[in-house]
Formats: sequence, C-alpha cells, structure tokens
Amino acid sequence: MLDNLQLAAIPKEEESMRAEYRAFIANEVRDLPPHVRARSWAAFDAEFSRKLAARGWVGLTLPRELGGGGRSAFARFVLSEELLAVGAPVAAHWIADRQSGPLICKYGTEEQKQFYIPRICKAEAFFCIGMSEPGSGSDLASVRTRATPEGSLWRLNGQKIWTTHAHHSHYMIALVRTSGTAEDRNKGLSQFIIDLSLPGVTVRPIVDLAGDAHFCEVFFDNVALDENALIGTEGSGWEQVTAELAYERSGPERIYSSIVLLEPWLQWLKSLPNPSAALLAQAGAIASHLAVLRQMSIAVTARLAAGLSPVVEAALVKDLGTEYEQQLPRLIADTVYADPDTPPPSELVRTLSYITKVAPAFSLRGGTREVLRGMIARGLGLR
Amino acid sequence: MQDNLLLDALESLLKDKAAPAVVRAIEGGGSTAALWSALEESGFCDTLVAEAEGGAGLGLADAFPLIEACGRHALPLPLAQTMVARALLTRAGERPPAGAIALASAPANAQGDIAVPYGSVANWVLLAREGALELLDARAAAIASADDHSVDALMTWPARALAQRRFASDADLRAIEAGFLAAQLAGAMRQVFALTLQYANERKQFGRSIGKFQAIQHQLSVMAEHTAAAHMAARMAFASEAQLPQPLACAVAKARASEATAIVAAGAHAIHAAIGITAEYDLQLYTRRLYAWRAAAGSESYWNARIGRALLASGASNAVDFVRQELATT
Repeated sequence: MLDNLQLAAIPKEEESMRAEYRAFIANEVRDLPPHVRARSWAAFDAEFSRKLAARGWVGLTLPRELGGGGRSAFARFVLSEELLAVGAPVAAHWIADRQSGPLICKYGTEEQKQFYIPRICKAEAFFCIGMSEPGSGSDLASVRTRATPEGSLWRLNGQKIWTTHAHHSHYMIALVRTSGTAEDRNKGLSQFIIDLSLPGVTVRPIVDLAGDAHFCEVFFDNVALDENALIGTEGSGWEQVTAELAYERSGPERIYSSIVLLEPWLQWLKSLPNPSAALLAQAGAIASHLAVLRQMSIAVTARLAAGLSPVVEAALVKDLGTEYEQQLPRLIADTVYADPDTPPPSELVRTLSYITKVAPAFSLRGGTREVLRGMIARGLGLR
Repeated sequence: MQDNLLLDALESLLKDKAAPAVVRAIEGGGSTAALWSALEESGFCDTLVAEAEGGAGLGLADAFPLIEACGRHALPLPLAQTMVARALLTRAGERPPAGAIALASAPANAQGDIAVPYGSVANWVLLAREGALELLDARAAAIASADDHSVDALMTWPARALAQRRFASDADLRAIEAGFLAAQLAGAMRQVFALTLQYANERKQFGRSIGKFQAIQHQLSVMAEHTAAAHMAARMAFASEAQLPQPLACAVAKARASEATAIVAAGAHAIHAAIGITAEYDLQLYTRRLYAWRAAAGSESYWNARIGRALLASGASNAVDFVRQELATT
C-alpha cells in the first residue's frame, strides 16, 4: 500500500491554469470575511457555481462532448485547491462535480449521460448523496429504503438522513434495497437518481450547532420512479458506491476544511513583536503537515488520473487529513488564548469559534475514522 | 530503471553482509572491516559524487532508495553520510579520504562532547564548526558510547586535532544531515511496520490471530498512515536531480519523520508486547534507531521552528501558497 502513494507532480498544463482561477475567485470572495469563507465547501451559493460554470469550470473532468472540460483529475485538483484555499462557497455544484457526474459517466446509459451531464456542467443540476439512514450510519449495507418493481416503474419508500443540501438539490443519488432484506447486507442494493421534485418526496432541513441548515432528512412515500431512474446495474449498488467513495474521499477538501482559519491566525502571528520558539514550531508543524498531506493528496490524484480507483489510499489520506483539519482549531486556540492579557483580533475569534464547533464533523462526513481504518486494515490484508 | 538495479545490488549486499547478526556484532564492538570494504568496493560511497570527479554522478532522486535501504536494514555504518560527505568534499575541491565518514553539525555540550551518529564506527567526522566544515580524524578523538549497544558516539578532540583540514562551504550541513536521517527514518519505520504487521498475522490469542481484532487493526492503520507520511516527507526532500537537498525540504522531512517515530515505535512495541523488547527479537534494532535518529540533528520542534520562521518571513498570502511555492514537488 505504501508503494501506491508515489511522489507525483501536477502536470505543467494543469498548473498553468492556476493564476486564471485565482484571479477570478479572489474577486468573487473579496467582500467575504474569513468566518464566512470558513464555511467553504459547506456554503451553498448557486449564483457563484453558475459563474464558475460560465467559465467552463464545473465538470472539468467530465467529457467534452457532454459539456465538460475533458481534463484530468489534476485539473480538478488545481481548481479545487484554489477554491478551498480561500473558502469559496462551492457547495452547490460540489457533489455533482466531484462524484455524481463521474458516477453517471461511468455507469449511466447514453440517455442518462445526455440528460444530466450537460446540466451539471452548466450548474443547472445540483446533486446530493443519499446514503445514511436513521438506522444505517457506518453500517451502510443495512439500508432499508426500498425500491420495488411495479410494471415498468419502481416504487420507492423509506427515509434518508444527514443528506447535505438536499433542500437545495435537484437530484439525489441514493443507495437503496431492490431485493432481499437487510440481512442480505451488500447484496440486493442498487443506486437510483431521484428527482427531488417528484410527488411523495419530503425534504426537511436540520439546523446544526452553528445555526446553519446544510443537512436534511428526506422522506420517500410511494414515490414513482421511471426505469431511467436506475443508475448502473440492479444489484450492483454496493460496488458502485465503493467506487464513488474513492472520488468522495480523495480530494483536497479532506485537508483544507480548516484552512481559512490560518489566514487570520498568520496575520496575528506576524503582528507579534517576538514570537516564541514554541509558537514558531507550532506554525512550522502546521505548514510541514500541510506540505506532506498535500503531496499525499496529489499522489492519490495521480492514481485517479491514471484511471485507477484508489479506495484504500484515499481512506488513508482522508484519515490523516481530517485529523489535521481537526487539530488546527485545537492548536490554534491554545496559542491564541495563551495570554489573556493580549486578546486576539475579533475576526480571528469569530473564525476560530466557528471552526472549533464544526470540526468534529470533518471526520464523520464521507466515512468515520473507524470505517476508514477498517478499510486500511483490509488493504493491509488483515480482514 | 537504473535506481531499481542499484537498489537490487545494495539490497543483496545488505542482506548478505549486514544481516541482523552482523548489526548486533558491530553494535557489540565487533569489526566493521569486512562490511565496510564490501560497501567501499561496491562504489555506493560515490553515488552522489560528480562523474568528472570519478563518481556515479547520480542525483538525490536516484539515491533515495539506497538511503532508505540503509535505514530499513539498520546498516550499522554511515554509508549514506559518506555518500553526502564525499559530494560535499569534492564540491569544495577536497579529495575525499578512504573510509567511513560520519557527520556532526552540533557544537560540543557542557562536558565538551560532540554527539556524532555512527561516530564509533567512522574513520572520519565531517564537522560543521564556526562557519566552515572540518574533516576530523576519528582516531584522534576520545570516544565514549552515546548509548549501550549503539554505534553513535560522544566524541572529544584535543585542540591540536581541530582545524587541520578546514574548508569553506555554503552547505547547510545540519539540514543535509537531517534530510539524510529522515530518509533513513522512513526506511527503518517501514521495517518496523512490516515486522509488526507480520507479527499481528502470526500471533494467536483467544483462538485467532491478533490482527483480526479491530483494536489491533486500527493501531496498524494509524502506523501505516504515519509511515506513509514520513516516507512522502522524505521523498519530497529527495525529489530533485541535485546532489544536495534544499534546507527547507530537509526541515519538513526531518520534522514529519521525527514526529512519526513516536507513534510508529509505540504501536510496534504495544502490538508485539514482551517479545518486542527482547534483545533476541529484531524489532529493537529498528526502534532504537527511530529514537536515536529522531533526536539526532534536531527533533521536530527544532525543524518546525525553522519552518515557522520561514513561513512568517515569506510573502505568501496563505499557508497553501507557502507550501506550494517553497515545498511542492514540481
């Protein structure tokens, strides 16, 4: 497994786009203070996504003939990095761009590709992911939401929860049971693209501890799905979801969730007349970890770009990356509040307070630590 | 695939001539002559010396697997250090002497001792002192072991032995020493991890191998993560075709690898339990080196503070720009 994480460089042609991305994004976010930008890939702004799409920057890796950029995973890495580094509000198109689009291209019919991909690339179709259910968190194979064949239709009943931005999305790609029972585990599962405007679909946002409503519960009450709603092969939902998670877990967002916090913190550090060696070491540790994690993320991207499905490598980098994201607010709070006689600047306080509250979610979304470590153990041949 | 051929050659030499029994014998004070002459004859000492100077003229990227192998095999001689010392000497117009060269980049302590990794098995010590480099004869020093069963030494030279072969160099010897130790740490960590994974598969308790228990699996997963991170950090310092690594990249490599040692060594010993702390079992050959090399040429706090200083002094608008501009592989 260690041999799969090789030193790789971003190809020049992809790197060369960075300045153009940067100039556009900087202009877009210039009026947003750090504590707002800190929401980053949790912040939904359809207008911003459409502006990116107008420049051809949504669906960079999707096929050109379907309206995408036809570029490599490295192109998406560079753009993602520029967006995340300053906390641009990318949530509207993020999931479609990262995983739903690639999933449809990989498993979809020609008709499905023609229908969804051009709209994803124009930021006109936003997607959410229906995996978790009230009784199925880490134990994803136990999902009970069921689609039952009914003539040429599927009849969908059940409930999803913790579905990010379901209330703003047009479609959900859901993992549901199409045969057998929960005891059949990962057999008999399938994926469907569900139009969330259909009769019988109810979406209720859930307010989080920071006062934001980004995740939802979604109820399906006898929803009629036509045959085109099935994506991929009936009964292959588990394999498809596993491949999808390689996209979900491999990106730089698993390193950069707290990164905006470093802006006001570095500003504060630079304002100190005589930072101690210990404080400098904290700053250096934050930078050295970032440098190595970034290179590991590029290594995973290189495998994606080579057409591989780096499921285990992505799990390894995500586990380390989210640990880093969670350490930042903890370490930074200790440095910032070490001397009550020199209180920190207001915007640093606000950004730190926000990140501190939401940080526990970083290692939950996209698979918990325990799930990831189990996958790594499987990769090591232990299970 | 030149590096693979080179690595295969060194691997077979080390397997043959530097097996754990040999490592133990040399650490116990046994002769280094047979092993050193095999290394010297192999030509690996001149890996980083320019072709015009009679060396192989290879760059850091090609040398990395060799240096990593020195760590992975717990080679009890300073082959990696001799490689870089010879490169430094020839660049300064000095003729490298025959024999093993150790590096020392810290001043003497209050007792007058200079800590020299591999000091007790080196013929020469390349010392950074008062803004220049000095090549000192190891036999001229009073030598005390830095630790029982270790080839690392505490050395004191009489004043007359100093400044004999002194030459100017703009190389940051401490950073270079740290970068090479980081590559050795990556190798030793890999071996520690491999031994632990193997043991977890073999050792049975409660009727099954302990590697089947989730608690053990998660410990191994965390060890794998930190071993991978240390490896990547070291590779980053050795990414180029140059003969000498960049100081800031060495700083990241040594800081990250040093930090990983505590997690990897503690996990390995916890999973091995009592057998792991016996002299007879090989694990200790590698974990002792993790402790020693973490300490040598500056721990993570020293190198992180240097990185922190560079970060605050840089014009980069955020931390991502800093690592991309200063530390990314291109």
